Amino acid sequence: MSTPSDDVLLDIHRRMVRIRTFETEAGRMAEAGKIPGALHLYVGEEAVAAGVMVHLSNEDWITSTHRGHGHLIAKGGEFDRMFAELFGRATGYCRGKGGSMHISNMDLGMLGANGIVGAGPPIAVGAAFSTKYRKTDRVAVTFFGDGASNEGSFHEAANMAALYKLPVIFVCENNGYGEYTPQAKHQAIVDVADRASGYGMPGVVVDGMDAMAVYEAADAAIERARAGDGPTLLECKTYRFFDHVGVRGMGLTYRTDEELAEWQKRDPIHLFEARLAELGVLSKDDAVAIHEEVLAEVRAGIEFAEASPTPDPDTLLDDVYA
Amino acid sequence: MAEAEQRELTYVDAIIEGARTILLEQDNAFIAGEDVGGAGGVFGSYRGLLEEFGPERVVDTPISEEGIVGLGVGAAATGLRPVIDIMFMDFMGECMDEIANQMAKMRYMFGGSAKLPVTVVTMSGGGRNLAAQHSQSLEAWLCHLPGLKVVAPSTPYDAKGLLIAASRDDNPVFTVMNKMSLANRGAVPEESYEVPIGKANVVREGEDLTIITYSRMVSESLTAAEALAQDGVEAEVIDLRSLQPMDTDTVIESVAKTHRAVVVHEAVRFGGLGGEIASQIQELAFDELDAPVSRVGAPFSPVPFSAVLEQTYLPNADKIVAESRSLIGA
Repeated sequence: MSTPSDDVLLDIHRRMVRIRTFETEAGRMAEAGKIPGALHLYVGEEAVAAGVMVHLSNEDWITSTHRGHGHLIAKGGEFDRMFAELFGRATGYCRGKGGSMHISNMDLGMLGANGIVGAGPPIAVGAAFSTKYRKTDRVAVTFFGDGASNEGSFHEAANMAALYKLPVIFVCENNGYGEYTPQAKHQAIVDVADRASGYGMPGVVVDGMDAMAVYEAADAAIERARAGDGPTLLECKTYRFFDHVGVRGMGLTYRTDEELAEWQKRDPIHLFEARLAELGVLSKDDAVAIHEEVLAEVRAGIEFAEASPTPDPDTLLDDVYA
Repeated sequence: MAEAEQRELTYVDAIIEGARTILLEQDNAFIAGEDVGGAGGVFGSYRGLLEEFGPERVVDTPISEEGIVGLGVGAAATGLRPVIDIMFMDFMGECMDEIANQMAKMRYMFGGSAKLPVTVVTMSGGGRNLAAQHSQSLEAWLCHLPGLKVVAPSTPYDAKGLLIAASRDDNPVFTVMNKMSLANRGAVPEESYEVPIGKANVVREGEDLTIITYSRMVSESLTAAEALAQDGVEAEVIDLRSLQPMDTDTVIESVAKTHRAVVVHEAVRFGGLGGEIASQIQELAFDELDAPVSRVGAPFSPVPFSAVLEQTYLPNADKIVAESRSLIGA
C-alpha cells in the first residue's frame, strides 16, 4: 500500500469539512423550519465517508442509508442541488421527489440514501454483479449501520457477495446505536466484523474517527475487490454527535453527555487536522481558510435552494414509470 | 407461415422459449433465481438454458429472496436487464421491501434519473394440493404499488409474448404465471414477438354480459360461456392479460354493449382486483349498467390442502355460470 500523497490527504480533509459544514448548516435550516421532514445528520462520522470515497470514481457505485448526505457529499455531490432537494425544490437532485432520505445521483454512482434500514446491501450486490458481468474493475460499496447488521437483508447480501466473489465492500458504520438502542442491547457481539468469517470474507475493525485508518483499510478492501478476490466487511467504529434525527446531541435520555464528550475529544476533523499539521501538509491558517471557503459554498447552496422554484404540481405523476 | 402458426407448445415450454429469446436478443439480460440453472427451474420453465448460456447468464442463487430481488434492483439500476425468478408468488413475503420500497419506487424517488428494467417471473395459483403457502394469487399486492407493471398470461402464446414484452420494458414488470396452466397447449410462433403490455384481449364475443378475467380463470370463463350459450346467453369474455396498467377502455366498451359485467379471479374476493374493476365500471359507465357488477373470487380463507376443500375453495366454471345466471336473472 502506498502512502497517500499530500493531495490525497488534503482531498480527504476537504471532503470531511464539506460534510461537517453542510450538515451543520442543514441542521440550522431544519431548526429554522426551512427543511421539512426528517433529517438524519452525519456529523461525527465524516472520516468514514471521506476515507472510503476518496478511492472511488463515478463509475464505482455506492448504496447509502437514511444518514446519507455525507456519502453523497464525499462522492462529489454539489451543495446547491443537495440543498435544493432538502428544501423540496424542483432543482434538487431528485426534483423534490426524494428529499433527505432518498437523495441520490446516478451520474456520481450514488444509488440513493435509503429510508429502509438494511435495504442497501442487496442493491450493492446487484451493482457489483453488474460491474463483474461487464468485466470491469469497478466496485460497489454499501454503507450500513450496526443496527442494519441485524437485518436479514444484510445476511443475504453478504452471503451472496462472498459466494459469487463480487466486488462489494460492506462498510459498517458502527456508531453504537441502532436508532436509540445501544449496540449492547441489540446484538450480543461487540465487533460486527466478527460476522464476516461466517460468510467467508475478511472482517476488519478500524477506528472510524481516524480518517487515515479508514483510508488504509478501505484501500486494501477496494484493491482486493478490484482484483476479483471478493468482498470485505469493514467495520468503522464511529459516533453520531447529533441525535438519531435532527440536531440535538446533548441531554438525551438514551445516552449520556459524558459519553458524547468523550467521543468529541476524538472529533475526526480535529484529529486529522492535527495529523496534517504534524506532517506539514496543512497549517492552521490553511485549515481555517478551507473551512471558510466551504462555508461560503454552503451558504451559496442555501441561497440557490431558497431561490429555486418549488415543483410544478403537474409533475406529480412524472417518473412513476419510465 | 401457416405451418409455423400451427405449432403448439405447452405453457411451460412457451416460458422457456420466451426466456431463451430474451437471452439471445439482449446481451445485458440474465436470469437469476433459486434452482433456475442446474435444475432448470422447479417447474421446468428454464430447462436447457444453463447449458446453452452458461452460469454467468443463468444464475443459481441461494434461497434468499430479498437478496435475489435486491440483486435485480441493483443490476437493473446499473444497466443490466435482469430476469428474476421468484419460485412461488407466496415467497414475496420474504422480499417485499426490495419489491415495494426499492424496485417500485427508485425511479420516482430519484426524480426520474434511474431506470429499472427488471422482469420478475413468478408462479401463482392453487389446484395442486400445495396448501396455504404455495397456492396464493397475490397479484393485488403488486397492482397496488405505483411503479410496477403486472401481467398475467393465460395461454402459451401470451406467456411467451408477455415475457418478451416485459424484458423489453424499461420498468419493473411482474409476469405472474400460473402453475395449473403449465401443461396447457396452444399455438406459439417460433419467432420472437411481443404481446403488448396494457392491452386486453377479447377472447369471446357476446352480447348479453361481459366476463372480465385473467390468468387461469380465462379458460374457466370460456367453459362457463359455452355452458351459458346452451341457454342462449352469449357472454363476452375479456382476458385482461395486463393488470397494471389495465385496459379499462376495452372493459368499458364491452360493458357499454352488454350492460352487465362479472369479474372473475382466483384471488380472494375481498380486496381483490375485482373490487377495483367493478368500481371503475360504475364510475365510467354507470348509466350503461342494467345490474350491479358482480364478482367471482375465492372465499376469505387461506388456500386449504385437502383436495375436497381446495376444489370447494377455488373459483371454477360452475361458479361463474351460477353468478352469471343470477346476474342476468335467468
